[in-house]
Amino acid sequence: MTSSSAVLELANISKVFGGVEALRDVDFALAAGEIHGLIGENGAGKSTLMKIIAGVHAEYEGTMRLGGAVVRFRSARDARDAGIGMVHQELSVVPDLTVAENVFLGAQPTGRLGLVDWRRMRREADDHLRGLGIAVNPGASMGSLPLGLQQLVELSRVLFSGARTIILDEPTSALSPPEVERLFGVLERLRQAGRSIIFISHFLDDVLRIADLVTVLRNGRRVATAAAAEIDKRWVIERMIGSTHDQLEESYTGEIRLESRPDAPLVLDAKGLASGRAYRDVDLQVRAGEILGVYGFMGCGQLELARTLFGKLAADRGTIRIGGRPAHLRSTAAARRAGIAFVPESRRSMLFAHEPIYKNMSISILSRLSRLMLKPTLERRIARERVAGLHIRPPSVESPLGTLSGGNQQKVGLAKWLTFPPKVLVLSEPTRGMDVGAKSDVVRIVRGLRDQGIGILVVSTEPETVLALADRILVMKKGAITHEFASEAVSKDRLLAVA
Amino acid sequence: MTTEETGTAPTARAVGMLGWLRNQLRNIAPFLTLLFLVVFFALASSSFATLDNLSNILTQISVTAIMAVGLTFVILCAEIDLSVASVANATGIIVAFFTLQDASVNIANLPLPGAAAIGLALLSCFVIGWVTAFGITWIGIPSFIMTLAMLEIGAGISAMLVRGQIAYAVPSLVNTLGSGSLGRVPWIIIVAAATLAIGHVVLTYTRFGRYVYMVGGNREAAEYSGVNVRAIIAAVMVISAVCSGIAGMLGVAHFGSAQQDEFDNYLLDSISAVVVGGTSLFGGQGGIPNTIVGLFVLGVLNNGLDHINIDSFLKILIRGLILLAALIINVYAQRLRAARPLA
Repeated sequence: MTSSSAVLELANISKVFGGVEALRDVDFALAAGEIHGLIGENGAGKSTLMKIIAGVHAEYEGTMRLGGAVVRFRSARDARDAGIGMVHQELSVVPDLTVAENVFLGAQPTGRLGLVDWRRMRREADDHLRGLGIAVNPGASMGSLPLGLQQLVELSRVLFSGARTIILDEPTSALSPPEVERLFGVLERLRQAGRSIIFISHFLDDVLRIADLVTVLRNGRRVATAAAAEIDKRWVIERMIGSTHDQLEESYTGEIRLESRPDAPLVLDAKGLASGRAYRDVDLQVRAGEILGVYGFMGCGQLELARTLFGKLAADRGTIRIGGRPAHLRSTAAARRAGIAFVPESRRSMLFAHEPIYKNMSISILSRLSRLMLKPTLERRIARERVAGLHIRPPSVESPLGTLSGGNQQKVGLAKWLTFPPKVLVLSEPTRGMDVGAKSDVVRIVRGLRDQGIGILVVSTEPETVLALADRILVMKKGAITHEFASEAVSKDRLLAVA
Repeated sequence: MTTEETGTAPTARAVGMLGWLRNQLRNIAPFLTLLFLVVFFALASSSFATLDNLSNILTQISVTAIMAVGLTFVILCAEIDLSVASVANATGIIVAFFTLQDASVNIANLPLPGAAAIGLALLSCFVIGWVTAFGITWIGIPSFIMTLAMLEIGAGISAMLVRGQIAYAVPSLVNTLGSGSLGRVPWIIIVAAATLAIGHVVLTYTRFGRYVYMVGGNREAAEYSGVNVRAIIAAVMVISAVCSGIAGMLGVAHFGSAQQDEFDNYLLDSISAVVVGGTSLFGGQGGIPNTIVGLFVLGVLNNGLDHINIDSFLKILIRGLILLAALIINVYAQRLRAARPLA
């Protein structure tokens, strides 16, 4: 990474948000034909750095050079015109349009009279996709494609619009292993074609495999840059976290001994559940004091299964028994009364951002606290106990929830079910998007609940989450349960091998 | 830990002050508007700021106030009810239909004892509310369209019962509450104040009221907290219909007649009162105190414009402009809140 060969070079970049330092003196260089991995915990400054490169943040200190010339982008459009493209984790494809239309989005070729030249558009889109080694029919509707292909079409659109430097934000988070292979194949071609790629990811194995160089950020500073071939995961984690806070990550990679409890009473017993195209023939048992993990790739049905268990998504067939009694989960209210609690994967659908913490916590137990009139003093007292018990910051029950950090919001989402412990607690992606510290907090809290005798079901698309929490693991594949791990040793490799 | 607390407290407070001002925009703006209007009319007209005129204003806003209570519940849930005036009209006509009319009134009505007439009228608006609730929650019709249909159905019921005629007699209880006085205070003001008070207590101090705010604040989160969202929305639609029905019965007594289309202005007035008062059109924020301020803004405006020399056609335009300004503030206040940094 000598500065002469760099196509993009950032020097001494600093950025302050309202008195908080997001970046401090960060240097970053990207050569032609290089894939550069960018790694850091949440809040380390990855997004801020990328937003500066992509022209979203125009105010910053330091200099940015593109092809040797100093540039300062005033807008995202400036950056795009200069050949910098970005593929976000949340794709911005238009599902109702065809693949070709998505490739040409906003720049359809027109003939005379300004009409869209459909034939030419299809032909050129086909050539372009072929050139990248992406096998997809340009006439297919975007929404009918699997997520991995949609992502590749979006990547090809960014390339087609002239980008020579591409930023990929968490490109592998929702991809199955074969889809990751296909993406890496395309990136390999781009590398050979001399394009430069910044690859941001939490998935260290993926970064180390594909990247030439890896830069680690911590607390807004660049702590290391090294050739990917010369380092390993442990090296990266040490620099990312900055201390020996890595027992948790360690436990993901090593073998885990599952301790099942076959003698405890069943709290959840589901038989023959099926719902549309989402999942079928699901038999599932959770015992008191057990954490059952259900792992599967995105779209394999486990997230929908969790919704069914909380009465949000109707099952077409099958029976559910809670604590031995048949349960008819016609609504979420019925599920709550039957003794089921649910924490969804997105914070937006779990919390009331503008309401104070105590109202967020009491909403799920109001019917147990009062019949007609509210008891705000009792609500506040209960909330204070939870806030203290879970170390929620700030420790004030009056703060609007939206002012808390993501990890603390997640804790509130859990806390609202704890005052009257449910029989079954269903957690969907309980640690998604969390840094290592917040993850270990959640793991500790959930294990505490298990030890109180609650039956816990954890559904996730992240192997790490299931491995860190579960006493027993079911693997779901394309809507059906395909494998069970119980009373045996399991590792990420073995889990991925059967998924 | 102590350093952390002392360190963050001042900044938290500074952010809190700014946040408080932003949050209060929707409450402060209507209040300042009201203050401005009162001062303006008091200076412009000597007959405005009198005790008699205050009583006028209160009487004038009473019927709207009763309807606006139900609408406040509905709008707090981020729904809308366009059928309020129509349901009021239908209920007023139904209570007259079941009352013995003067021989000169050419309506084929069914005279019943007063209590039965009132009971049937209340039952009618309750049933209308349930139909609305059923359409919205079980069938899944958006409230905007569902209540538009109910507006037409209410108008149809009114038309069928009076067939272009005018009825005058209503049960004596309705007559007293609509046009009688307790001492010097008109009963209709007392009923309106009581309805507002009950609405406020229900919204602020009961479990149901909390659910209304939470459903309006984030419907999905309410559902994932095990709240029966459909039941809450059904309930607010029924409450709105019953409030409208009560307003309709008293209104008929207050106006002295029951006829087609006599509540037409009240739809816009009651929605305006709630929105001008600062209750969020997106649900979850606001309440009866806001609605009271909104009612006074509209009441003072309507009344005050009569006290100064102004083209009566211009009055309509001014009301429209005030409503537009309130809508802008409403949406702007929402955006300010949404834009608040989530640290």
